[in-house]
Amino acid sequence: MNANLSSIDSTAKRQVERTPGSSFDALCRSGVRILRHLLRNPMTLAGLLVALLLIVVATFAPWIATHDPVAQNLANALQAPGAAHWFGTDEYGRDIFSRLVYGSRITLYIIALVTVIVGPIGLFVGTVSGYFGGAVDTVFMRLTDIFISFPSLVLALAFIAALGPGLEHAVVAIALTSWPPIARLARAETLSLRNADFVVAVELQGATPARIILRHIVPMCLSSVIIRLTMNMAGIILTAAALGFLGLGAQAPLPEWGAMISTGRRYMLECWWLVAVPGAAIMLVSLAFNLLGDGLRDILDPRSE
Amino acid sequence: MSAIKLNVEGLNVRFVNGQKETHAVRDVSFTLGREKLAIVGESGSGKSTVGRSLLKLHPPSARISAKAMAFGEIDLLSASEKAMQKIRGQRISMIMQDPKYSLNPVVKVGDQIAEAYLAHHKASRSDARERVMQMLEQVHIRDPKRVYNLYPHEVSGGMGQRIMIAMMVITRPEVIIADEPTSALDVSVRQQVLSVLEELVEQQQMGLIFVSHDLNLVRNYCDRVLVMYAGRVVESLAACDLQYAEHPYTRGLLAALPSMDNRRVHLPVLKRDPLWLTH
Amino acid sequence: MPMIQAHALNLSFGTGLALNQVLHDVSLSVADGESFGLVGESGSGKTTVLRCLAGQYRHWHGELSIAGVPLQHKIPKEHFRKVQMVFQDPYGSLHPRHTIDTALREPLIIHGVGDKDDRIDEILRKVGLNDSFRFRYPHQLSGGQRQRVAIARALILQPRVLLLDEPTSALDVSVQAEILNLLTDLRQQEKLTYLMVTHDLGVVTHLCDRVAVMQQGRIVELMDSQGLSQDLATHDYTRMLVQASRDFSQESERRQIG
Repeated sequence: MNANLSSIDSTAKRQVERTPGSSFDALCRSGVRILRHLLRNPMTLAGLLVALLLIVVATFAPWIATHDPVAQNLANALQAPGAAHWFGTDEYGRDIFSRLVYGSRITLYIIALVTVIVGPIGLFVGTVSGYFGGAVDTVFMRLTDIFISFPSLVLALAFIAALGPGLEHAVVAIALTSWPPIARLARAETLSLRNADFVVAVELQGATPARIILRHIVPMCLSSVIIRLTMNMAGIILTAAALGFLGLGAQAPLPEWGAMISTGRRYMLECWWLVAVPGAAIMLVSLAFNLLGDGLRDILDPRSE
Repeated sequence: MSAIKLNVEGLNVRFVNGQKETHAVRDVSFTLGREKLAIVGESGSGKSTVGRSLLKLHPPSARISAKAMAFGEIDLLSASEKAMQKIRGQRISMIMQDPKYSLNPVVKVGDQIAEAYLAHHKASRSDARERVMQMLEQVHIRDPKRVYNLYPHEVSGGMGQRIMIAMMVITRPEVIIADEPTSALDVSVRQQVLSVLEELVEQQQMGLIFVSHDLNLVRNYCDRVLVMYAGRVVESLAACDLQYAEHPYTRGLLAALPSMDNRRVHLPVLKRDPLWLTH
Repeated sequence: MPMIQAHALNLSFGTGLALNQVLHDVSLSVADGESFGLVGESGSGKTTVLRCLAGQYRHWHGELSIAGVPLQHKIPKEHFRKVQMVFQDPYGSLHPRHTIDTALREPLIIHGVGDKDDRIDEILRKVGLNDSFRFRYPHQLSGGQRQRVAIARALILQPRVLLLDEPTSALDVSVQAEILNLLTDLRQQEKLTYLMVTHDLGVVTHLCDRVAVMQQGRIVELMDSQGLSQDLATHDYTRMLVQASRDFSQESERRQIG
């Protein structure tokens, strides 16, 4: 019966020698494959390294920072970058390097929280409306349209105006404005999967809609949603910085990067480092997430397999 | 068989992907005159790759080498991309499996055929239109005026494939390469398309390379058959002699066909011999 | 009692002006253990009949029953343990991110069947695949191997009826022969009833006892496959189909006699 084994199909043949022994093993192998792809693409790797650096810095902030980020020392105000203060000091004499390091915690906190809120909501709304279609689809999609028709920063401003300024409120505001694209993406993917033979096959095994969506449709949407979320992170960082800049996000004395630029701009002409350093950090991190998202698209896109 | 149109000797195609190299076509040699030559084989046998490499329509990862690959006086192997563009469509045409993917969905089919004509001939729009009408009649489309103005999604599969044939033949090529032109079509339509193609090939004295997996069809339709297995031509014989094929692979394929007239409880299963890869 | 019975089955899609009736009064009956073929061109509605029986399309009118149990528009889970389907395209019918093991486990979980590991092992052996395939992904298998997995997935719930939607048309001739042999053996071992859709008269006469020819949503002729190969077809359309497949296979007759 195993005449098939000798088929010319090279992919099948290549795999004959090394057969995975369990589901876990099989999963590990695809993990290794993704990692290998990652290492082959320098831009993606750069993006990944910066993202990892952000996480490391945020985690070990107290050990990395050279000074207390909120300790004022007016005698030392507006010092240029040097050996004592690597990136200089601000108008209250606070060490900018240390503020930057602690600020990464806030940035990471916003990114993580928004992503955790947005991903599941977008996936849920998108897959459910795509799978059921009809009235469910109409209701969900009109709701999405309403959210998508406002510019995200304006909507975020409106929410903060209602809830009052603050870090948590900024997170909620950003999350509210960034789930609709995810939902649309998941819906489009679901529509194309809806009549795929493998989905019909589980339907004909008697699976419930919840099971079909969770076990069969979501895993297929997941890769494009992850790519989109990663790309979104860049936007989230920028929106968070913008809200901080407008004084609506993290409140003083929290070392949020956008707020640092905002207070620094008064001294911008004489003390460029006040604005340039946090500005560069924002640019670097959002660029890194863009590169990472781009690379992930190449790796995770099922069409490229 | 008269004047030889194509002469291929020792054609090798390798696909290079990183460090992996796939040897898709190995040492394939054949000549094509005014005849219908079939290349048959299973998926992955390299039959389509042969057709594509004649027109150099292969992906950049492919490496082609051959002792000779001559189209009349022209050496295809050393021909520049510019020279190839002149040959493609005008002197050697290719018909693909599914007309749905080969026609531009937003241009009227008649205009697409006219475009193909104008690309290779200096003629006015109205002359081209005239030619297209003639051509549509030649492929047995009943109402050419109406069909001229249809969009690809408005025509059926069979008509689409006849339109493709019209488009490919309007430049009066010397050789047509048809890559599974009927496998997406229903049985009744398939015969129509095949007879249209046959008629044109005879009228215009073209050479036809018919790439297919269907031994039954090829047996009655073509003059000569090349049987490919794993990138290699294992047997080359006249189509009418197919039932006397000697190679165990060809015999195995023929025996594995379920037949209306000979019902067997079990079909003989092809036993693949590793020796076929080298001999 | 027939295993599959359809009486005056009608089905249409769309409403108003866009109404498109795809099945017109289709009636057929397939005995227990029989193998029945549906032949026709694309758009003739042959696959639609299959999908109604499988439980995918539920807005049909008429009467359908499986093993004497009439099919309701709200389909109970039990139905899916009796009827399973094998799809045409082995590349599209398996979830690309699930291993073979996951794909075969899924129906067992849905229906709460125990000894999952033993059952998976057993069914893989039955379709001629060994253990080494269990934890591979579909893209690591050849077309024939995938179709074996699809058959295994259909059979793991031990159904009585197997609906086959052109199970070999995407496969090479030599692989088609292997799959057809497998289907022949499985029908005997498992006492299955087959309803197969195809456009290939060679395949249908090989595997099926009786054949219905469909055209534009209607059954135009019903006969046993013996009659089909003896040119006993009376309907023009059937004769055309026979003629078309003969045209290409007339030589084979000579070869096999000689």
